Amino acid sequence: MSFLHTVEYLNSGIIDSAVAKIETLSEQDVLKALERIPVTPEGFMALLSRQADALTSDIEILARELTAQRFGRVVNLYIPLYLTNSCINNCLYCGFGSKREVQRKTLTLNEIALECQRLLQEGYKSLLLVAGEDKRWAPVKYIESAIKLAKKLGFVFVAIEAGPMTEEEYRVLCNAGLDGVTVYQETYEIETYRKVHPSGPKKDYKYRLDTPERAARAGVRSVGIGFLLGLADFRKESLFLGAHIKYLRKKYWQTSIAVSFPRIHETPSGFSPAHPVSDSELVQIILAVRLANPDAVLTLSTREASALRDRLFGAGINQVSAGSKTSPGAYIVDPAGNQAAKQFPVVDDRTPAEVIDAIRKRGLEWVFKDWDLNLRPVS
Amino acid sequence: MNDNDTLTIAGRSFSSRLLMGTGKFRSPEEMSKSLDASGTQIVTVALRRVDLDDPQDHILSYVDRSKYLILPNTSGARNAGEAVRLARLARAAGVSDWVKLEVTPEPRYLLPDPVETLKAAEILVKDGFKVLPYINADPVLAKRLEDVGVVTVMPLGSPIGSNRGIKTAVSIQIIIEQATVPVVVDAGLGAPSHAAEALEMGADAVLVNTAIAVANDPELMATAFSNGVTAGRQGYLAGLGKKLLVAEASSPVTGLPW
Repeated sequence: MSFLHTVEYLNSGIIDSAVAKIETLSEQDVLKALERIPVTPEGFMALLSRQADALTSDIEILARELTAQRFGRVVNLYIPLYLTNSCINNCLYCGFGSKREVQRKTLTLNEIALECQRLLQEGYKSLLLVAGEDKRWAPVKYIESAIKLAKKLGFVFVAIEAGPMTEEEYRVLCNAGLDGVTVYQETYEIETYRKVHPSGPKKDYKYRLDTPERAARAGVRSVGIGFLLGLADFRKESLFLGAHIKYLRKKYWQTSIAVSFPRIHETPSGFSPAHPVSDSELVQIILAVRLANPDAVLTLSTREASALRDRLFGAGINQVSAGSKTSPGAYIVDPAGNQAAKQFPVVDDRTPAEVIDAIRKRGLEWVFKDWDLNLRPVS
Repeated sequence: MNDNDTLTIAGRSFSSRLLMGTGKFRSPEEMSKSLDASGTQIVTVALRRVDLDDPQDHILSYVDRSKYLILPNTSGARNAGEAVRLARLARAAGVSDWVKLEVTPEPRYLLPDPVETLKAAEILVKDGFKVLPYINADPVLAKRLEDVGVVTVMPLGSPIGSNRGIKTAVSIQIIIEQATVPVVVDAGLGAPSHAAEALEMGADAVLVNTAIAVANDPELMATAFSNGVTAGRQGYLAGLGKKLLVAEASSPVTGLPW
């Protein structure tokens, strides 16, 4: 059994009919959807409709209340640490693509330690290790060492965003202290997926789609999923995402689900998205996902501008990064030069202190530590 | 109410029957004021949220230990092993040898695992802890836990954070009837009236977090819960009237000819 079966079923006309139906929904349908929280699948569709736009402020209030009820009046902070920008894939939208002539860098363990210490000084306790997919430079053993090191130095929650691995490899990483795996499907549309991933192991749609499951089976406590906003119609992608969340929940009842909303803006590769998503559409997606999934951790990165992020703190979003750098070594090892290629440009370039101040101004508390070293993988 | 009407847990007496949580507040200052307003004497703290190495920790440094008994909880633990490790860590760090035992393997509704909770309770009691286990409203489990030596049982009213009130009343009533340790209704209490209802039923205390922390005015809500607890307890002590299926006039007419 794989989520691919669900995707294939949805592709047999179901998802297209649903998208067409969304076009016909009225404001009344949106109001009806809001009568039951969490919203039903039909309600989720209504919240994705154009008609929901006029009711955004009401929907936002409900999302804010629901987020507070589940997570409190708090926003959790995490920080990404790029280990390597070496990659054998050639994703058309990514600054790390193998065919790009950019400076490549892979941090040594000593450099990782320096970067970790810098981030710990800022107060961070939750770390996302990011690595391009290249087993020559970043084999599982290297990532395992990085996780062990980060835990030893003081991070209490360590997740990875790297190339998909086997269940056994995830198990090895869990034993090293891995808590979370983030793996975006990028797009659930099979054809679009093939087009934007022309070469490298990533072109295997199914292997990537099954990754959250392999991670969950290995005992990873939190799996992060999402699609890259801009590659395909966001309504269609959101429906696939909704089905994916539901599938994972039922099958892996002990695994927490986190959802991120990475949106393509200007890319270092000059790629322009076929289905650009506007600010108001991004807000609409986030609020809809929150009202359908009260317990999911919803994350927003520094890809988005400060004003938009500030607005969404607590309104669906309960976890954010701040002060992120998206190239290896950029925190302390190579801050001035910063010559290694970035995965994507950071739009909200405020310091952690400035972001914390913004969180406080929204009437929220910031939280660095929401996990403990004594909490281990499920297995 | 009789001044001697105290809540006694593990030989220690408390005049307040409202236990409070410390999560979800919009600032540590607001949490501190709410604790004060509630009159609580037992404050639970999630070990996964606190940094025991940080003297400026946003929760611990705002809870006055001379006023409150800190009750560390094992929130986040998904099995007995993790809960035991967390409790031992807290004790080793000098936080407390009391522990609110929470073992919640599923992250959606955070419902407690009866098997792992019982297992952890057994280990922790033997290890000298005063164990206050969070459980589903299961009367048999409550007795099994008493048998291993826990100092309270803490059945849930409804799923945590749901504000739905006491949806497990039938089972909680049985737990209260059979208990030889204090029964603290924990989780799901969304309004002061829910707290009153628990105390009216004969529960010894309640634990509240979300409903206070997430209120527009947490301090006022803390006062309201405190009043709800007092009203419920007084109602229980005064002896509530029986519920009847027919109406009974409040000013009966007497002396009719038939």
